[in-house]
Amino acid sequence: MSDVILRTEGLTKHYGGVHALQDANFELRRGEHVAIMGDNGAGKSTFVRQITGVEQRTSGRIWFDGREVDFAGPLEAREAGIETVFQNLALADDLDVPSNLFLGREKFWLRLGPFSILDRKAMRAATEAALKRTAVKIPNLSNTIRNMSGGQRQCVAIARTATFASKLIIMDEPTAALGVQETAQVENIIRQLKANGEPLILISHNMRQVFDLVDRIVVFRRGRIVANLNKAETSGEDVVSYITGAKTAPEYEGAA
Amino acid sequence: MAESAHGVGGLSFDASRRSWPNEVNVFIALVVLIVVFEVLNRLNGGSFLFNMRDNVDAIFNRQRLDIMLLQIAIVGIISIGVTQVIILGGIDLSSGSVVGATAMITMSFAQTAMVNGNPNPKAIFGDWAMDLPVIVPIAVGLACGLVAGLINGMLIAYTRIPPFIATLGMMVSARGVSKWWSNGNPISFPTEAYANLANGDLLGRLTFGLVSWPGQNPAVVFFALAILFQLIMIYTVYGKRCYAIGSNEDAARMSGINVASHKVLVYTIAGMLAAVAAILLTSKNLTAQAGMGVMYELDAIAMAVIGGVSLSGGRGSIVGTVLGAMIFSVIISGFTSIQLDAYYQEMVKGAIIVGAVVLDQYRQRRRAARA
Ligand SMILES: Nc1ncnc2c1ncn2[C@@H]1O[C@H](COP(=O)(O)OP(=O)(O)OP(=O)(O)O)[C@@H](O)[C@H]1O
Ligand SMILES: [Mg+2]
Repeated sequence: MSDVILRTEGLTKHYGGVHALQDANFELRRGEHVAIMGDNGAGKSTFVRQITGVEQRTSGRIWFDGREVDFAGPLEAREAGIETVFQNLALADDLDVPSNLFLGREKFWLRLGPFSILDRKAMRAATEAALKRTAVKIPNLSNTIRNMSGGQRQCVAIARTATFASKLIIMDEPTAALGVQETAQVENIIRQLKANGEPLILISHNMRQVFDLVDRIVVFRRGRIVANLNKAETSGEDVVSYITGAKTAPEYEGAA
Repeated sequence: MAESAHGVGGLSFDASRRSWPNEVNVFIALVVLIVVFEVLNRLNGGSFLFNMRDNVDAIFNRQRLDIMLLQIAIVGIISIGVTQVIILGGIDLSSGSVVGATAMITMSFAQTAMVNGNPNPKAIFGDWAMDLPVIVPIAVGLACGLVAGLINGMLIAYTRIPPFIATLGMMVSARGVSKWWSNGNPISFPTEAYANLANGDLLGRLTFGLVSWPGQNPAVVFFALAILFQLIMIYTVYGKRCYAIGSNEDAARMSGINVASHKVLVYTIAGMLAAVAAILLTSKNLTAQAGMGVMYELDAIAMAVIGGVSLSGGRGSIVGTVLGAMIFSVIISGFTSIQLDAYYQEMVKGAIIVGAVVLDQYRQRRRAARA
């Protein structure tokens, strides 16, 4: 088994004339935590959407867990073992916590095609276990997501990734819009993942957080990867100058 | 929904506690309305619900209750489907016309050859279509609803036509079908078996005579379907997906739900429920007319909205719709009972629909403000 869990080659996405993602070559090793940074509109979320099958890429190739993949939709990516916390929180506001955790992957008590009867007890128990594992506290699981604070919602979205066995977790700005305490809680979950050896792609604008949590920082600028930095060998100012375009890593010279 | 969770009687509840379901409010409104109409009638020496005639031995005003029940049942069956569509985040404006088209087509396969010793004066087809087993018109009717619903669903799921427009198109086309089918002529004289669909004693037959409710089959079917679909909405993945898609379609898609095929299924079920209403209505009336079901789509939507189904999707229940149907019918019969002019009734009906939507939006704003 190879050491690399995810690799992309020449990944490209155009929205009509908008070149949101250009020729992205990216690699993630098992157990590694990598941050993706870059200004608004740099193409970070676009990159995530191509990997997770939410959108179909314009060109490029993706290898995941040792084989080349071509996910037709998000469910295929999830089934292959990629769990994602999307930037726009893919939660159904009017459903309760267990329903959201199991959205699209319900447990059944009796299979009857589209009218399959849900195993609500099992889903609730699994939800409680997942919340415990991630140390997320939610007072009432039967509450709809709508009635929860932004932090609680975010925690539900993150707990969802921990409910299912996964090989890679992607979080797109998981702490944007969170308070100090909630941010700390999410960061603890991420540290827990690191301790468990689960690989992670973290998209964040928060320099302190990135330096606290990850091993490596990949910088996107205007749809291109412009730097791939080891945390130990770089600094905040360095990263900022890559983000703003003051600097471009030599190996990406041609790109920017 | 949660207004009541704060400081009722000076008590303050834990905000995370489950709040009082909206259906309770709707039920209270229903009781209040009944009491109001009862009082208004009593002021004139009459009664809304009770029998006031000495020569009749009954507690309740059977005639009024029968009319109300039929209205609740027929439009209510449609509303069960419409509720699912609205929870899904859509709308169905075609149900009234689907009733009309289904009524005409179904009835022409339900006719009897001889009426009082003479050939059926309203015969649509030749002898081959006379006195068919009752399962034939039922199957034809359900097939009509299925086709209409399938077309709605496919248009909405696979093209980007908004539900409002797609079902508006179906509303116009299906009404066209119902007028074209027999050149506007009514279709009458069904077989006895067909007439018995609505007028027989289904409950009596199902319970082997234990409980009997002759002539109220539409109500029996309505309540049975309401219970069935309430259970489906709560306990099956079908219901979950309706609520999920209605509250966040993108989230549902990203979670891997096949949104398009689920939409097709929901609209198809709604179409078939409209067909059930058409079958029962023609059976009850013993005739089909091109204008059958006009405005039923709006009445069905009104019932759902009054029952707390949110037009923005994701919220509501079949139980709410059943209560909404009762409120709707109480209001209409209530106005008739106090001899309010029919024109006023229509105006009031319109006002109720708008009022229910305003209330829903007000609730949503409150909720947004609290979040
Ligand atoms: N569906 C779309 N259609 C057209 N253009 C799009 C679409 N999605 C994204 N874009 C464009 O692609 C570019 C990259 O967007 P993306 O969402 O990937 O940025 P991002 O790096 O995630 O930014 P942020 O930090 O603000 O989340 C932007 O210019 C955006 O406007
Ligand atoms: Mg983004």
